[in-house]
Amino acid sequence: MSSETTAKIRLREVEKRFVSARGEDQIAVARLDLDIRAGEFVCLVGPSGCGKTTLINLMAGFEKPTTGEVIIDGKVATAPDPDHIMIFQDYGLYPWRTVLGNVLFGLQARKVPAAEAREKALATLELVGLSHAKDKHPHELSGGMKQRVSIARALAVEPSVLFMDEPFAALDAFTRLHLQDELLRIWNEKKPTVVFVTHDLDEAITLGERVVLMAPRPGRIQRILDVKLAHPRERTDHDFAVFRKQLFEEFHLVHRQAAEAAEYAI
Amino acid sequence: MRRLVEQFLLPVLTLAAFVLLWQWGARHYPPEQFPAPSDVVKAIKELSDNGVLWTNIGISLARFAAAYLLAVLVAIPLGLFLGRFTRCHRAIDPLIQVLRPISPIAWFPLAVLWFGIGNAPAVFIIFLAAFYPILLTTVSAVRAVPAVYLKVSSNFGAGPAMTFLRVIVPAAFPGIMVGLHIAVGTAWIHLVAGEMLGAQSGLGFMIIDARNFLRTDQIMAGMLLVGLLGLAIYKGMKLLEGVIGRRWGVAG
Ligand SMILES: Nc1ncnc2c1ncn2[C@@H]1O[C@H](COP(=O)(O)OP(=O)(O)O)[C@@H](O)[C@H]1O
Ligand SMILES: [Mg+2]
Repeated sequence: MSSETTAKIRLREVEKRFVSARGEDQIAVARLDLDIRAGEFVCLVGPSGCGKTTLINLMAGFEKPTTGEVIIDGKVATAPDPDHIMIFQDYGLYPWRTVLGNVLFGLQARKVPAAEAREKALATLELVGLSHAKDKHPHELSGGMKQRVSIARALAVEPSVLFMDEPFAALDAFTRLHLQDELLRIWNEKKPTVVFVTHDLDEAITLGERVVLMAPRPGRIQRILDVKLAHPRERTDHDFAVFRKQLFEEFHLVHRQAAEAAEYAI
Repeated sequence: MRRLVEQFLLPVLTLAAFVLLWQWGARHYPPEQFPAPSDVVKAIKELSDNGVLWTNIGISLARFAAAYLLAVLVAIPLGLFLGRFTRCHRAIDPLIQVLRPISPIAWFPLAVLWFGIGNAPAVFIIFLAAFYPILLTTVSAVRAVPAVYLKVSSNFGAGPAMTFLRVIVPAAFPGIMVGLHIAVGTAWIHLVAGEMLGAQSGLGFMIIDARNFLRTDQIMAGMLLVGLLGLAIYKGMKLLEGVIGRRWGVAG
């Protein structure tokens, strides 16, 4: 089979322009091509403002590209789809629902019969290790637990794609490392396609099979790094350090170019 | 211990000091002009014994409840609708902004003209007093629903009915509750005004009636009861809010 047919997500010359507050046309993402395989774990990294959120919103169908197209499973993606669930940095949990109620939401939207939905939701809570908290409300949970609820809510509807926009950025370092390991365990078990946005290079190398480094103004792909390290990865390994060095050097290059471009602009 | 002093002892002492000051001040005036607290208590007892008090409290509470409920039933659905449909809101907002600053009392002559005298004008005035706060807080509560709630809802494929009933309404609920709370206050204040203007019964009428007989003690008795009942309604509302707040998963 050609890559044409095996790609789960194809971005074809995707461009997104916004009209800024000053009325200028701003290119958030510029004619970008990218293929993502089914079951692949891809990390998007880059400095803030390089179009990571815009790109993942385009893939998730929350935004429409100005030109070009996003193709998922051979179909042009133009709207959000329950088969492709986005996980947000600020969780997006419903405070009036319990943990279980939140996980049930997607199943209720699908009109899954109540008993079956409950069983499914409880099993998913088990998977993320939150069975004990099922009757709590979100305000009673730590940030890490909230994000696990939002992951459980997504997994309950068995999506084939998970989009994650800096999901762990608001968490403390320990919780972050723990959730990275948890996410990898779940990914290994369920093998969804994961597109994971982060600005943390270590997080990208820990998680991604491929790391897509983006550069700003206009938002584009600077470099794609194949991280040929088996999971689970030891963050202290020599090979890890090699990839880390490579990525950091590229990242600094992006930064320098961005800074120079900004200087010219002045 | 310190909490006990701050939350209980100090307020009680302040009240006691107020009553004492009032009692002392009243000694310098004839009771028809400035009755003492003891006179007011006697007046309450008298009104209570001959049943006038209870009839009027009952009537006032019934009017208040009817008008308030009517306002809730009209303002919340309208607010939900206007909050959801920005275009309609933009179209109707100037009209609301013009009508809202008109005191409900100013509607009194028209209310009598339209509804005659009796219950209706008072109910109409209380209704207006409750209507605007509920409407405006509902509109802004719906508009303040975080975008991420709606994104999640559409991502999971929830239809418009589910999004409205199971995301927007509950998300807006705490904000609507604030409006309900404010409206209790404004409605209660206007209850007395409404009853003073046209009604032949109720606490407001009782106060006006007492004035006609120069029973200053009964005027003050009426005022005191309006205050106490207002406080009781407010406390009841607080209690209800606490129960609902816990049910809604917001800290409280
Ligand atoms: N809704 C929008 N309206 C106008 N400009 C936007 C909008 N969303 C993003 N942008 C602009 O697009 C660029 C990329 O933003 P974003 O995708 O949020 O970057 P990142 O997530 O990498 O920080 C930024 O310059 C941002 O100001
Ligand atoms: Mg972002």
